[in-house]
Amino acid sequence: MSEPPGAAVSVTEAPPPTDVPSVPPAPQRVLPLRRPGRWIATAVVLVVAAQFVHGLATNPFYQWDRFGYWFLRPTVLDGLLITLEVTAYSAVLGLLGGILLALARLSKSPVLRAVSWTYVWALRSIPLIVVLLFLYNFSALYKTLSVGVPFGPAFFSFDESRLATDMAIAVIGLSLNEAAYAAEVVRGGILSVDQGQHEAAAALGLPKSYQFRRIVFPQALRSITPNYVNQLIGLVKSTSLVFYVSLLDLFGTVQSMGATYPGDIVPLLLVATVWYLTLTSAVSVVQFYVERYYARGATRSLPPTPLQKLRAGLTDLRARIRREAAV
Amino acid sequence: MTAAAVEVHGVHKWYGPHRVLDGVDLTVRPGEVTVILGPSGSGKSTLLRVVNHLEKPEIGHVSVNGELIGVRRQGGRLKELSERAILAQRGRIGFVFQNFNLFPHLTVLDNVAAAPVATGKLGKAAAQELARELLGRVGLGDKTGAYPRQLSGGQQQRVAIARALALRPGVILFDEPTSALDPELVGEVLAVIKDLATSGTTLVIVTHEIGFAREIADRVVFLDGGRVVEQGPPSEVLDRPRHERTRDFLSKVL
Repeated sequence: MSEPPGAAVSVTEAPPPTDVPSVPPAPQRVLPLRRPGRWIATAVVLVVAAQFVHGLATNPFYQWDRFGYWFLRPTVLDGLLITLEVTAYSAVLGLLGGILLALARLSKSPVLRAVSWTYVWALRSIPLIVVLLFLYNFSALYKTLSVGVPFGPAFFSFDESRLATDMAIAVIGLSLNEAAYAAEVVRGGILSVDQGQHEAAAALGLPKSYQFRRIVFPQALRSITPNYVNQLIGLVKSTSLVFYVSLLDLFGTVQSMGATYPGDIVPLLLVATVWYLTLTSAVSVVQFYVERYYARGATRSLPPTPLQKLRAGLTDLRARIRREAAV
Repeated sequence: MTAAAVEVHGVHKWYGPHRVLDGVDLTVRPGEVTVILGPSGSGKSTLLRVVNHLEKPEIGHVSVNGELIGVRRQGGRLKELSERAILAQRGRIGFVFQNFNLFPHLTVLDNVAAAPVATGKLGKAAAQELARELLGRVGLGDKTGAYPRQLSGGQQQRVAIARALALRPGVILFDEPTSALDPELVGEVLAVIKDLATSGTTLVIVTHEIGFAREIADRVVFLDGGRVVEQGPPSEVLDRPRHERTRDFLSKVL
C-alpha cells in the first residue's frame, strides 16, 4: 500500500456529513415506476376490440343462424375430411420428398446436387395451380404409366386415367410443390447442426445411416419443426386450390353451396374461416409439444406447458398479494 | 517384434496451398503416453486427426496396431478404403475433442452406450451396463440420466472420455482436452487421463499443460511448422531442449 503523503490528513480535515442519519435505515421497498401511457393504450385497444366483437356478434350481415345451420352440415364435414386427407398425405409425402432432396443437395455427388437444385428451382417457380392443372391434363400427354426398367421393358403397366383419380392428382400436385419447399427447410435444419457433431459421430465410427437418423436429424428437427409447421399451415390453405381439379374440399364445398344458395355466401365463408382457424390452431398445439420434445437436452430445463405457466402465474400472483398485504 | 501402437510415416498434408504437415514421422509404442507440444498452427491437431483419418494425408500413411488406416496396399500402391471400412477402423481408435462434442439430445448414459450398440458390438442392455461402469470410473456414476448441457465443462469432458472408452479402443487420442475448461476444472479431467495412463492404455495427447506432460509423458514430441523438431523423454525435451525453437517455445509457456 503506497498512499501519497498527507492523504490521511486530508480525510480528517473533510467536513463531517450533516444529512446522513447516524443509524442506517431499515431496507425500504422500491416502488415500481407508474406507467399511465401503458394503461391508456390498453384501454384504447380494449375498446376497439370490444367494438369489433360486438359488431361481429350483432351485425345481421353475418347471419349467425345460417352459420349454425351450415357449420356441421354433412356436406361441409365431407369437404373438411377431404381437406384433412389431402393435407395429411401431402404433408407426409412432401416431407419425405424434402428429406431426400435435401440429402441429395448435401451429397458429394455433383449430379445429385444439380438434380436436387433444379427440382427445387423449377417447382418453386411454377405456381401450384399450374402444377395441379398440368397433372389434371396429364392423361392427355401420357396415356399409360408403366413400371419397369427406364426406357426398357415394363413389368406391369396401368391405365393412367384409372389411377388418376382426382384425389391422387391433388395429393401428387401438392406433394411435388411441398417437397420443393420442405427440401430447403430440411437442408437449413441439417446445416444448423454443429460440425463437431458430425465429427464426433465419425470419430466414434458410427455407421453412416445411424449418424443421420440418430445424431444429426434429431438435432436438425429442432430448427426444422417451426419452419415446417409454417409450411404446413400454408399447405392447409393451399388445399383450397384442389377445387380446380374438381375435388370438393372444404373450400370447394363452401364455394358450390354458395353458388346454390347465394343468400348464404357470407355465413358459408364464415364456416370455412372457422374451420381453417380450427385446423391451424390444432397444428400450432401439436407444434408446441413437438418442439418441446426436441428441446430435450438443448436447454437446461424444458419450456413450461401452458398449464404449468398458468399455475406458476397464479402462484406468483398469490405470493405478490401476500407480500403487498404484509407491507 | 511387436507392432508399434501408432506409426506415422512420412505424412504430408495441405489445406489448399498451405502445407500443415511436412513429412511427419512418429512411432508410439504400446502402452506409451506421448504428449505432442507445439505453438498454435504447428500442425498438432491435424497430426492427431490424421491418425484416425478425420483428415486424409496427401502423402504418407498411418498405421495403428499394425493396421493401415484409411488406405490399403494394393500392387505397391496405397488406395483409399471405403467409408464403411474407415468407420470400422475408427471404432478401434478413441478420440477426445477439445469441445467435448457430446450429443446434446441424448442422456449421458446414451452418449456412452450409443457407439457399442450402433456398431453392433454389444446389445443395448450390455452397452448400458458398460456405460454405467465407465461413468463410475470417471466419477460420474450419479449423472447417467442428465443431459450434457446440464453438466459442467469438466464433467462433460469426462463423459466424452467414457464415450471414447466404450469401444475399448487400442489407442486414445486427446486433442487439447482441457483447453476449453475453466482453470479450476482442468484438474478433474487430467486426473482421469492420468488414471488411464497408469492403467497401460496407449495415449497420444495434444496439450498445453507442460506440468502435466512432465508428470505422465513417456515421450514428448515437439512440433513446429508441420515438422517434428525434437522428441524424447520429458527430462530431455522439457528440461534440456537441444533446439533453439523448443527452448523459445518453452520459455513462453512455462
